[in-house]
Amino acid sequence: MELSIFTILIALVLLLLSPLAGGFITGVDRRLTAWLQSRYGPPLVQPFYDVLKLLGKAPMIVNSWQVLCAYIYLVSAVVALFIFFMQGDLLLIFFVVTVGAVAQVVGAMTVNSPFGQTGAQRELLQMLAYEPLLVMVFVGMAKAAGSFNVSDIMNVEEPLLFSLPLLFIAMVIVMLIKLRKSPFDISSSGHAHQEIVSGVHTDYSGPQLALLEIGHWLEVVLLLGITALFWTSQTTTFIGVILIIVETYFVEILIDNISARMTWKWMLRTSLCTGMVLALVNIFWLYY
Amino acid sequence: MGLLNNLINKSRLKSPWVVHYDCGSCNGCDIEVLACLTPVYDLERFGIVNVGNPKHADVLLVTGTVNKRNKAVLKNIYDQMPEPKAVVAIGTCGMSGGMFRECYNVVGGVDKVIPVDVYVPGCPAKPEAIIDGVVKALELVKAKLEGKAPQSDAAPAEPAEGKPEEPKPEIDAA
Ligand code: SF4
Repeated sequence: MELSIFTILIALVLLLLSPLAGGFITGVDRRLTAWLQSRYGPPLVQPFYDVLKLLGKAPMIVNSWQVLCAYIYLVSAVVALFIFFMQGDLLLIFFVVTVGAVAQVVGAMTVNSPFGQTGAQRELLQMLAYEPLLVMVFVGMAKAAGSFNVSDIMNVEEPLLFSLPLLFIAMVIVMLIKLRKSPFDISSSGHAHQEIVSGVHTDYSGPQLALLEIGHWLEVVLLLGITALFWTSQTTTFIGVILIIVETYFVEILIDNISARMTWKWMLRTSLCTGMVLALVNIFWLYY
Repeated sequence: MGLLNNLINKSRLKSPWVVHYDCGSCNGCDIEVLACLTPVYDLERFGIVNVGNPKHADVLLVTGTVNKRNKAVLKNIYDQMPEPKAVVAIGTCGMSGGMFRECYNVVGGVDKVIPVDVYVPGCPAKPEAIIDGVVKALELVKAKLEGKAPQSDAAPAEPAEGKPEEPKPEIDAA
C-alpha cells in the first residue's frame, strides 16, 4: 500500500461522507422495516432528525467515564473506517473495532444500573459470539487473496464469493449481531423492545447517545464495506458491488423481521456452532 | 451556529421520543396509547418512537390517576428526562383523577405532581387525540425554546377543550 497524499485525501473525503451514508442507510432500514410490517414508516432523513435532536438535548451525565467511553467508541469507529478507506490491514481494523466494542461495555459497566449491567454482560457474550467468526472471515479472505491488505483483496483475479461462499454466510451472522438485529438484539434495544430498557445504552442520554449513534452509522458502513470485499475483483463492476451490498442488507432486515429475539445461550450456540463449522469447512476447502 | 440551532429546533419537532407511564390507569388509556404504535396509526410516521427509557425520551405520556404510592415514581421519571421535555396527561383520570378522584388513596390529576403541558381528554382518549396531544406538546416546547411562551405550568396554548372546566376541589384524604 503506497501512502500518497492522493489516497489520504480520498480516504478523508470518503470518511466525511460515511456518516451521511450510514444515516441514510439507517433511514432506508427503518423504512423497509415499516414496509415489511405494513406500516408507512418515518421519512428517510429521520435518523438525522434523531441525532440532531439528541445533540440539542441538555447533557445528563452519570459519570465522566461514560462520556470518555462514548468518545472512544466513536473514535474507534472513525479510525477503523479510515484504515479501511486507506486500504489498510484487515486485522488492524478488527482490533480497532474491538476497542470500540469494549468501550461500550465498559461505559455501561461504570453505572450501577441493573439494566446497563445486564446489557454489558450480554454485549460481552455477543462479542464472544461474533469476534471469532469475524477473524475467520478475515483469515479466509487473506488465505484466498494472499494478504490481509484491503488493497490486495480488492485486486484478486475473481470475486472472493466464489471461493468463500460459506464464509459469506458467516459474515451475514456477524452482521446480524453487530447491527443489533433480531434474533440477536439482546444487549440493546433499538427497535422498541424493552426487555432490559435499552441495555448498554440505558444510561446514555442526549449528546452522548448521539455520539454512539453516529459511531453505529460508521460501523454499518464499515461492515457493508467488508461485505463488498466479497465481490470486488479486477473483473467485477461497481454496479455488482453495490448490488451485493444492497442484497446483503435486505437479507439482514428480512431476518430481523421474521425472527423472534432469542436468548444469549441460543445465540452462542447458533453463531459459534453454525458459523464456526461453515468458516472452518470453507478454510479447509481452500487448503485442499 | 444559527443554522445549526435552527436545524436542531426543527429536529426536535420531527423526532419526539415518548415514554409511557401507567400511573394507575384502568388500562383503557394504555391500550389506546399502544394502539397509536400499530400499523393503523403508525406513530413512527412522525418520528415518534416509544423508547421506554426516560433518559432517552422527550415527551412523557401519563395515563391514569396519581395515587400516594406512585407519585414519587412519577416525579422520579420526570426528573430523569433531560430538558427540553414535555408532559402529556392522557384521559380524564390523568387530567383530574376522573372517576377515581374521590378515592381515599388518590392524589388527583397528573398536574398535582409534575407540570403538565397538554391535557388529552376522553375516557379513554382516542388515539387521534393522543397523537394530536403529542404534536401540541412539541409546539409548546418549541415556543418555550424560542422564548415566546411562559413556562409550561401556565401554558395558555393548550387545547381549550382539553382543560378541565372547573378546578377540582382539593380532596384531603388524610
Ligand atoms: S380515563 Fe377512563 S379509560 Fe382512561 S384510565 Fe381513566 S378510567 Fe380508564
